[in-house]
Amino acid sequence: MVSASHAESLESIISRFAGRGRDALLPALWAIQTASGHINLEAVRALSLALNVPEADIYGVIGFYSMFHDQPTGETIIRVCTSPSCGLAGSDDLLDHVCQRLGVEPGQTTSDGRYTVEETTCLGLCEHAPAALVSQRGVGERSVPSAVDLESILADHSAPYPAVTGSLTHLLLDGIPVDRAQTLAEYGDYSALRRTLNDLMPDEVVAKIQASGLLGRGGAAFPTGLKWEMARRSEEKPHYVICNADESEPGTFKDRVLMELRPHLLLEGLALCAYAIEAEQGYLFIRGEYPLATQRLQQAIDAAVASGYLGDNIMGSGFNFHVEIRRGAGAYICGEETALFEAIEGKRGFPRIKPPYPTRVGLFGKPTVINNVETLCKVPGIINRGGRWFRQWGTDLSTGVKLVSVSGHVSRPGVYEIPLGTPLRQVLTELCGGVTGRLQAVLMGGAAGTFLAPDEIDTPLTFEDLRTVGSTLGSGAIMVFNDSVDLRDVLRRLGAFFQHESCGKCYPCQLGTQRQKEILDRLHAPLPGDRERLTDIGQTMSESSLCGLGQTAAAAVLSAMKRWPHLFE
Amino acid sequence: MTEDRKLLSLTIDGLTVTVPEGTTILEAARQVGIDIPTICVHEATTANGLCRLCVVDVNGGRLLQPACIVPCQDGMHVETDNARVQTSRRTILEMLNAAVDLSQAPAIQDHMTRYNASPDRFPASARREHPFLDDNPFYVREYSRCILCWRCVQVCAEDAQYVFALTIDSRGFNSHISTAFDISLPESTCVFCGQCVGVCPTGALKPRAEWGLEQGMTAARIQANNRQMRKQLPKRGRSSDEGEG
Repeated sequence: MVSASHAESLESIISRFAGRGRDALLPALWAIQTASGHINLEAVRALSLALNVPEADIYGVIGFYSMFHDQPTGETIIRVCTSPSCGLAGSDDLLDHVCQRLGVEPGQTTSDGRYTVEETTCLGLCEHAPAALVSQRGVGERSVPSAVDLESILADHSAPYPAVTGSLTHLLLDGIPVDRAQTLAEYGDYSALRRTLNDLMPDEVVAKIQASGLLGRGGAAFPTGLKWEMARRSEEKPHYVICNADESEPGTFKDRVLMELRPHLLLEGLALCAYAIEAEQGYLFIRGEYPLATQRLQQAIDAAVASGYLGDNIMGSGFNFHVEIRRGAGAYICGEETALFEAIEGKRGFPRIKPPYPTRVGLFGKPTVINNVETLCKVPGIINRGGRWFRQWGTDLSTGVKLVSVSGHVSRPGVYEIPLGTPLRQVLTELCGGVTGRLQAVLMGGAAGTFLAPDEIDTPLTFEDLRTVGSTLGSGAIMVFNDSVDLRDVLRRLGAFFQHESCGKCYPCQLGTQRQKEILDRLHAPLPGDRERLTDIGQTMSESSLCGLGQTAAAAVLSAMKRWPHLFE
Repeated sequence: MTEDRKLLSLTIDGLTVTVPEGTTILEAARQVGIDIPTICVHEATTANGLCRLCVVDVNGGRLLQPACIVPCQDGMHVETDNARVQTSRRTILEMLNAAVDLSQAPAIQDHMTRYNASPDRFPASARREHPFLDDNPFYVREYSRCILCWRCVQVCAEDAQYVFALTIDSRGFNSHISTAFDISLPESTCVFCGQCVGVCPTGALKPRAEWGLEQGMTAARIQANNRQMRKQLPKRGRSSDEGEG
């Protein structure tokens, strides 16, 4: 346990951040939270003066993010995931056990002040379900895979958990260690960036990405090259690049695996994007629940800077590019690009109204490209080997390869790389070793996705084919449920997830996620008219919400209603 | 800007409308006498598209569009009251009514009548209950009536006063308006300008005198009471502890 002498004093933190302005707010709050376990009025008032941000605003920011506390917490915070994949693996029992052993309810702190226990939404460790996250004030944080009991959670796992990966192709994850990050020496000398700085103009980089047909891998499948072109042409300066590493979609953990295993691949992709759109500053926004990825990326950034692959005058080209990691603090909504900008700017993570789109008005009001981790990891390969090479996989509309995160009832849950167009059945049988038990349902695209029935698993995994059957590939989350599962229980967890994660800005989502949760909580004993209520809530959220969260918060429920109407009777 | 703005032509419920570029759908509809209902918009505050009661169908698109912020475009076809629009409006009103005390929000009640919103549509629903706050001589706060239109926060901040006493705490359904750490208004940066009370549409913020009269107090008693409260106000500034109690 940490002693007070290790903790940085409030005065020291304040002087470290003084004068940096509002965008330093989240880093400063993290520093205070880490040092003292909570952020009190005294700290807020000092920070208000140091950063010139109103104290009420700071309080509002603390209240928005789940990982910030305005009341004292225990020296160790144990967060147990209860999202669907961990739920299947017994997380409710685990949470009960931990609470019972420590004599607290979820959300409470033990009387000796040593432990706080919290229930949390998806930690992105679905292949190692059930999972927990342990924060020990100031002395490190760690993810706990395959958590069994209190002892296993508190034991110091010095050996990192290995990732489970496999592929039908050989691009991102083959032939690399799965229990540590690839070093800079193993990764190479940033050859795509070197070639680009020597031989290519920014518009030629964009042209190569456009020729590849690459679609964004975060879930929205927007053409990456087009996004870069739009930002490149924006006259307002400066331009920014952001890596959206806020991977929080339940059932999605491929970005975590990429960051933990191949941090330099991501950094090279980010630098190439910066060169293409003429940006000199980039941000990696990583969710607060990914301590290991954050640590490995920071080490990789330091190594790349030391070797001259990042920083000023990269490889003597005159091109400058600096990367800063920004840590999220527990808010699914910050995966929405404009909410993520707000978080970097030191605000509550409210999504903005679009248009204007980020390529014109993004971070700090400037033209910004924001790409998913996996999207950026595709870039160095495309630059080195060309768009046609990338198009040898996939279909005309869904080009190349894609990572999928498979969890639930398969023999080998993990991250797998597939050529787009591979049928779901092949992924489940060949890569994942088959479904354990009899298949009942597959949830595609995470909580914001839709269910497929067993007779739909021959669908090729492409953006267009899944759209045709009313489903989605989304971020590539594939959650598999066998017939031992009560789908009503899965729906209940999804309802709780969106209720917890709605930002509250627009009424359809703020109210609809609450009303939807209440009805999903009572699916075993529904009230007359509940089905019609769910339909109206679903339609209203889908059509009238401000952002993608609300617009998809009922998608899984509506898809289940269509396939298994008896669940709602 | 004095230069002539480009003129756009669109149809709203079949009527052809010509408006200058930059006009919102809400403004254009009002010009031809079509009444699109709204809750959160106010002439004094920046429109944020929160309540979504003003959503309309634009060209049959997948998403309905908030008329308060979406600008007109040439050739647009807008339907302001079709079945999709009505479902959203009715459901939003029913869900809101199940969460908040709307008894002093007559405009919203009128919307409920117009859209056949049933007050009992969502039984067994959590309501947003908050304690009654009476911590200063000027106004009282009853956040169980608060619909989170943000107007008070906005006029307290950049839309008018630059005082920044208020924020939104928590998130989602549990969001609520608050000072920093729920401190009393006299301990906060509030200057009691009254702007927030002026823009509150639901009676969540109310002059103390008006509240007192509702409670059956006499004017004399309210005044005496307010005088007493004034004497007890903490001194302003950062170290305000000595003024309490």
